[in-house]
Amino acid sequence: MGVILKAEHISKQYRLGVIGTGSLKDDLTRWWYRIQGKEDPFLKVGAVNDRSTQADSDYVWALQDISFEVQQGEVLGIIGKNGAGKSTLLKILSRVTAPTTGSIKTKGRIASLLEVGTGFHPELTGRENIYLNGVILGMTKAEIAGKEAEIIDFSGCARYIDTPVKRYSSGMRVRLAFAVAAFLEPDILVIDEVLAVGDAEFQKKAIGKMQDISKGEGRTVLFVSHNMAAVKSLCTRAMVLVNGHIAFEGSTDAAVSLYLKGGAEIFNNKTFGADYDQDIFTLQSICAKNKVKSANEPIVEDAEIELLTDILIKTEETERYHITYHLVNELGVPMFSFSNTDVSLRTGRNLLSCYFPNGFLQSGQYFLSLYIVEDRHHAIFIEKDIYSFVVVDAPRRLGVYMGREPGYIKPQFTWENRE
Amino acid sequence: MNRSSDDTWLYTISSKRKLIDFNFRELWRYRDLLFLFVKRDVVTVYKQTILGPLWYLIQPLFTALTFTLIFNKVANIETGTVPPFLFNLAGISVWNYFKNCLQATSDTFRSNAGIFSKVYFPRLISPLSVVISNLIKFGIQLLIFIGFYVYYYTQGAAVSLNSTLVFFPVLIILMGLLGLGLGMVISSMVTKYRDLKYLLNFGVQLLMYTSAVMYPLALMREKLPRFAWLVEYNPMAYVIEAARYMLLSTGTLSVNGIVYTAIVTMSILFIGLVVFNKTEKSFIDTV
Repeated sequence: MGVILKAEHISKQYRLGVIGTGSLKDDLTRWWYRIQGKEDPFLKVGAVNDRSTQADSDYVWALQDISFEVQQGEVLGIIGKNGAGKSTLLKILSRVTAPTTGSIKTKGRIASLLEVGTGFHPELTGRENIYLNGVILGMTKAEIAGKEAEIIDFSGCARYIDTPVKRYSSGMRVRLAFAVAAFLEPDILVIDEVLAVGDAEFQKKAIGKMQDISKGEGRTVLFVSHNMAAVKSLCTRAMVLVNGHIAFEGSTDAAVSLYLKGGAEIFNNKTFGADYDQDIFTLQSICAKNKVKSANEPIVEDAEIELLTDILIKTEETERYHITYHLVNELGVPMFSFSNTDVSLRTGRNLLSCYFPNGFLQSGQYFLSLYIVEDRHHAIFIEKDIYSFVVVDAPRRLGVYMGREPGYIKPQFTWENRE
Repeated sequence: MNRSSDDTWLYTISSKRKLIDFNFRELWRYRDLLFLFVKRDVVTVYKQTILGPLWYLIQPLFTALTFTLIFNKVANIETGTVPPFLFNLAGISVWNYFKNCLQATSDTFRSNAGIFSKVYFPRLISPLSVVISNLIKFGIQLLIFIGFYVYYYTQGAAVSLNSTLVFFPVLIILMGLLGLGLGMVISSMVTKYRDLKYLLNFGVQLLMYTSAVMYPLALMREKLPRFAWLVEYNPMAYVIEAARYMLLSTGTLSVNGIVYTAIVTMSILFIGLVVFNKTEKSFIDTV
């Protein structure tokens, strides 16, 4: 084990707008500075890569000062929103484009799968394309010849293998292409979203194969995906990119939950200030967490979730008051309401725990609205979205479906076979 | 894997690169790709056409026929004792090889943008494959030339091969490299400035007229001495003149001219490699 790949201060600058008339002028300026031995004047300008704001500079930094190391045999997940710089980083890693500054050093040969079926020629047969595609990806003809039968078998296209690829359905083309890619044997494999293709059966096969590659064969993999379940199942470590910077690097769980929260710190405990000091009660804090974990760890879907409410009651007539929560999903759709019907409040400090059973909530972001109800019919305090928390996917067994199940809750009902 | 030593890195990806940085070992490692690209180009061009590879022959034949009618029958250009059709066919076949190499190579980055943006391999493989697949095409065209040669010979035309023919392959390689070098220079510039593409189509046509394709070099010197320099500075003119000398024993074989061509070719090829090398790193951002 050791460092197999090391990225040092990688930055990539892009020019915004239309490349054309203006670029000649900038090129000449750049060239003039260079022959004088000065630094490129345009490297100083350039805004942070934020898609949503209008830029005031013609240049933008798609990546800025990215440094990281990858250990041999590690599977590093790279996650981030659209436009965070993931693809740019992959392009640099796969030597499709060069970084503006910085360097990447590697001890192994990198093969990249930014797309499956690169270089497929529609007029050539499936078999001819296996060779062409394989060689483009860096294999030799002899290597492919040795694996030809396996590749054809894995693709499930044996019947059409001598038919031109233009007659294939798009699904068959993808299967054939992935089959070639699956038998690549580089030291470092760079993969971009290739799992997003094909039907469920093929996805299973593809993820299983990826698992073999990374775990079984000890290959180093850099994996970019929006599928959090896949990231959590495959990756040993993950990196979150936000606006061209590394926002987080560390455990996959923490990275996924950070990504789902949109870049904020993981801090599930929320304390309330003077505004919540009312006549009848003082709300101190709300915290959702996995029962067995601390408040600063991401909440995983496959463990019991505990909702803690810390509240002071200042009245003696505690029987008259109840706490009701409304749970709302990320689309703003109310899902259910729940209340402390079994446990009554006491005068003084109350630390109420409410438990959601294991696997009850699916991954996603949830919002809670708080109601303090008097005499079970009218609310003396209402605050919508007072608290929010994120539930992240649990790692799944390989070979199982990696997509999201429908709905938001995942109750585990009792089943029995009466026969 | 030794963790502490930094000099065990296999390679480094960075923006800095030496001016001359040709990794021949890597090129050699990708030789299978070169072979498969050539195969793809040759096999797929005329798929689903009725005449298939015959199209390789039809084009030069009809061009030679047209030239013969216009330049020799109408405009009365003298080709000496050599039948004008054979004279033109030789010139056109050779010229076409250069033209195809130049045009296809200069389009390298644009036409391969799809592949280049997704996967790395030595980019030089693409233009090289073009030069080689055109060489095969040229070989087929040479066969038809030989066919007509034999026909005219049996008809008693005054054509004869001569001993310099052994240098014919050298001549062809020289021409392929010239097309490659020039194409690489243009391909690198065309990624940013598309105007060059239009300029090229037009330029190639003009270049043909100054390359002694449809007239002997001597004729130009005799009829238009003031403009003969246009042809004499054109390295392609010497190649075509020499090719005709080798194949048909007509015209002159200027050793100085060939040496001049070789020097120009090597210089352009060198510039082409440097520029191409520089462009391949980041052309994908501008193409």
